Amino acid sequence: MSATEAVFRVFRGGREGGEMREYRVPVSPGMVVLDAVHWIQAHGAPDLAVRWNCKAAKCGSCSAEVNGKPRLMCKSRLDSLPLDRPVVVRPMKTFPVIKDLVTDVSWNFEAAKRIPPFTPRPGVEWKYDQADADRVQEFRKCIECFLCQNVCHVLREHDKKGAFVGPAMLVRAAGYELHPLDGLTRTGFLREQGGIGLCNITKCCTEVCPESIRITDNAIIPLKERVVDDFYDPLRWLWRKVTGKG
Amino acid sequence: MNGSTPLAAGGFGATQRRDAWWIEPAITAFVLGGFVVYANWAAFRNRDFSFGPYLSPLYSPNLEHLLGPGVWPSGLPSWFPRSPAFLIMWAPAGFRLTCYYYRKAYYRSFTAHPPACGVSEGNRGYRGETAFPLVLQNLHRYLLYAVLLLLGFQWYDVALGFRFEDGFGVGVGSLVIAGTMALLTGYTLSCHSLRHLAGGKVDCFSCVRFGEARRRLFLGLSRMNEHHMLWAWVSLFSVIFADLYVLLCAKGIWTDLRLL
Ligand code: SF4
Ligand code: SF4
Ligand code: FES
Repeated sequence: MSATEAVFRVFRGGREGGEMREYRVPVSPGMVVLDAVHWIQAHGAPDLAVRWNCKAAKCGSCSAEVNGKPRLMCKSRLDSLPLDRPVVVRPMKTFPVIKDLVTDVSWNFEAAKRIPPFTPRPGVEWKYDQADADRVQEFRKCIECFLCQNVCHVLREHDKKGAFVGPAMLVRAAGYELHPLDGLTRTGFLREQGGIGLCNITKCCTEVCPESIRITDNAIIPLKERVVDDFYDPLRWLWRKVTGKG
Repeated sequence: MNGSTPLAAGGFGATQRRDAWWIEPAITAFVLGGFVVYANWAAFRNRDFSFGPYLSPLYSPNLEHLLGPGVWPSGLPSWFPRSPAFLIMWAPAGFRLTCYYYRKAYYRSFTAHPPACGVSEGNRGYRGETAFPLVLQNLHRYLLYAVLLLLGFQWYDVALGFRFEDGFGVGVGSLVIAGTMALLTGYTLSCHSLRHLAGGKVDCFSCVRFGEARRRLFLGLSRMNEHHMLWAWVSLFSVIFADLYVLLCAKGIWTDLRLL
């Protein structure tokens, strides 16, 4: 039996605090959490702040926590949620609340600036095979929803925003580092400012990514392995010493 | 209605999640813990590890057999059982301990960093894998090398499992051990470090020597790597199964069937 009405408990407040407020929302087929939030806005809470753009899981704006799980509100269908209890909708925990469901995610853009940018090899021909592009193409799917940043315990629980750039930025760094035309080595950056050693590959980022990017297996671990090559591999170190080769 | 701010950090286990998030780490802790107990018991047992042509995978290769009793360090206390399992077990144990999948599993279920996604760890310090001892996880590839070396000897023991007193034959035990070794090989080949070794450092396969061969190898290993967790679990269970099989045969509780 499908419910005709659902109760939503939505966070209302700002940086200093707030409260959970309940709203009763009529349920219609195919409805998503973002629809419910819009219904609440239209029927009695016009000041409820929510960020959204595409309603198609492509702009990455509507990130929030639905029943404690980081998700895109536009991709959270009500028929996938238990409606016998209130649906709890909160802003992302890791970033400062501006108002209600809207958080200030600008730290992510600052973190992105720390990554040494794509730097083509000198004199390189601007041509490469599709097969060589396949690997980095996965990383281009990132819609910058920052759900992975939000769920990552290094940022969420330990607030190491100064020491760790977070999974989304490691995806971005992998997109440069593994690019067939790129000529820069970022292992020093990754180990120091990037803080890749703080990631303990517990894969929550991969679990929440709406684009199904295999963040840990395809971006973080390959980068970790390159960091091992350059900093933690005793035989390679010896080889470099003996041969003087990079 | 509660009035908490969204930023308020909860104590250990605090979460807004409604599902039984604790079941997965609890099962993992139970099963992994159980395996560690079993493997230690099996190694300390130091008997009933072979039956006819079969050798339990936990004891394969038997270095004491291959190199003689001189392999034991002279200072070893007398109470310590000279079980050949100890001569090799450090390699697969260390390989699994530093494996990228098992790390996830035990960080979640044993150290609770984090216990589950979106569940609070409580107010505890955290240094990830940047400091001793966890920085040693970076040596995973060396344990891979050791395990790859062992695999060669272990497949030799698999072959011996088909050599009965009256010549070539196939027993259920031969298949159990061969199957276990196939799963162990699958687990090893799906290793993240091996995948890196094959082509992880190559950004442009069409620009390097033997590029096409390396690309194929890299893609093949990557496909296996996608199921690394599955390989990790099935190979773990199969090792226990094979050891139990040999043990029960040796004790006469189970009769091995000769198929050929
Ligand atoms: S795998 Fe690493 S980056 Fe991803 S959530 Fe876990 S600790 Fe964070
Ligand atoms: S990697 Fe995935 S979860 Fe992270 S910001 Fe990009 S799309 Fe979102
Ligand atoms: S509204 Fe664009 S991703 Fe949800």
